[in-house]
Amino acid sequence: MISTKVNLAGVEFKNPVMEGSGTFGSGAEYSAYVDLNKLGAVVTKGVANVPWPGNPTPRIAETSSGMLNAIGLQNPGIDVFIERDIPFLKQYDTRIVVNVCGKTTEDYLEVVERLADTDVDMLEINISCPNVKEGGIAFGQDPKAVEAITKAVKAKAKQPVIMKLSPNVTDITVMAKAAEAGGADVLSMINTLTGMKIDIERKTFALANKTGGLSGPAIKPVAVRMVYQAAHAVKIPIIGMGGITCAEDAIEFILAGASAVAVGTANFMNPYTTVEVVKGIEDYMTRHGVKDIKELVGAVK
Amino acid sequence: MSSKMITVPVISQETLSDGVYSMWLSVGDMALEAKPGQFISVYSNDKSRVLPRPISICEVDKKKGSLRIVYRVVGAGTNEFSRLSEGDDVRIMGPLGNGFFMKDKKAILVAGGIGIPPMLELAKQLDCEKTIVVGYRDAQTFLSEELSKYGKVVIATEDGSVGTKGNVLDAIEAEGVSGDVIYSCGPIPMLRALKNYAAQKDIECQISLEEKMACGIGACLACVCKSKEVDHHTHVHNKRICKDGPVFYAGEVEL
Repeated sequence: MISTKVNLAGVEFKNPVMEGSGTFGSGAEYSAYVDLNKLGAVVTKGVANVPWPGNPTPRIAETSSGMLNAIGLQNPGIDVFIERDIPFLKQYDTRIVVNVCGKTTEDYLEVVERLADTDVDMLEINISCPNVKEGGIAFGQDPKAVEAITKAVKAKAKQPVIMKLSPNVTDITVMAKAAEAGGADVLSMINTLTGMKIDIERKTFALANKTGGLSGPAIKPVAVRMVYQAAHAVKIPIIGMGGITCAEDAIEFILAGASAVAVGTANFMNPYTTVEVVKGIEDYMTRHGVKDIKELVGAVK
Repeated sequence: MSSKMITVPVISQETLSDGVYSMWLSVGDMALEAKPGQFISVYSNDKSRVLPRPISICEVDKKKGSLRIVYRVVGAGTNEFSRLSEGDDVRIMGPLGNGFFMKDKKAILVAGGIGIPPMLELAKQLDCEKTIVVGYRDAQTFLSEELSKYGKVVIATEDGSVGTKGNVLDAIEAEGVSGDVIYSCGPIPMLRALKNYAAQKDIECQISLEEKMACGIGACLACVCKSKEVDHHTHVHNKRICKDGPVFYAGEVEL
């Protein structure tokens, strides 16, 4: 028997595979393709205190082995989320991680407080979205701000808190330590890298927002490096993500120091990717005689 | 309705005009589900192209379990598809989106350029009096002969080489085309003009929209359009073209 169970801040996950926030909605659309019961967790798209309309279109552009997005965190707000999305997800035997976004500290706290009495397992605080003018990444690029918002969220949160870090910084370990100092229970990384694409025929930006977040296989080596660095800088567990398309990619992140992984852009390449990664990790463990997935976490020093 | 992702063999591929290709795929049961106006996501075999290409369904043969797409090569992904030939495999997901709302009233089908393909299956299935108005740049009037099997075809060309010189609305005027419902697909300026035309004439108008898509199933919120009413997904004014469309009543959306 092999065990793929992981424990993050006291919450047990049946396996380390979840999906990256924003690539999977709240699971409803993908549930037609994927058995959500097979996932370690469903990580929801970012939810704010009120509905956000998001950015103008075009919101996405394909790039070599990746894509840029500037959706702008379109979301229905916490009221609809609590009324519709949580009951939907509660039908499944999987953990619920709610991604929280905001423009101000007060916005984040309002959502965190509203979620306090709901039956969700963890909160992921998005301080790293590059596509909104206020909030988002503005909190994630200054270590003092990272620590302050982490502290503020921790003071109100009833569930364990994951801080989602931005790769758009000089030294990821500084941000990781700041989040840990603020009391973060878990880190998730990496969010997207800010990028730009220009349509040379139309002589215009490919995205209406001009810039967008780069994701997909193109960013995987950057993500693996940052997870490795952060894992050596902090004691709290890390959820690794950035370009995972298969179990081999996921194992790379785990060996680098991630306790769990998330599949993002690959959901668009193949809607079954998450469950294929779950199965592939089991196959790898069998092939390598690994009984407990924890043996692999950070095994490459 | 159920949609799925499957790898299917190509039955045949041919060139219809410069850069416009027609491909029949052996899709099995998916053909039973497919409706005019729906689309499929076509995936690249090259993993460096991470997003599927949404392509409208041109024709369906339910008996043979086959489905036809007609598409224009606009980049590396569609160029790759154009090189597929009989027996090659291609991964697709579908059918996706909602099709046209088929009404039993005198119809005008209006399409421009690469918006023309979905009109073929629609023309085939609409069992009523209909006129099909199609607009092209020049004399390369792909699909027009096939469309003429199912209704009167009126052609507009930008250079005047075939039919009325001008756009589809010029052709509607010139030929005195009339009807009680418009089904349309094509570039935004054309759809905008048709929306105004339908409002003036006080007739129903359905339009099929396109936008850059990622998931194709309503999760990623990339392909939204501005809607008149608050949408039921996000409760703002954004309808999802892939999931809530791609066909909308013209009055539902801001163009």
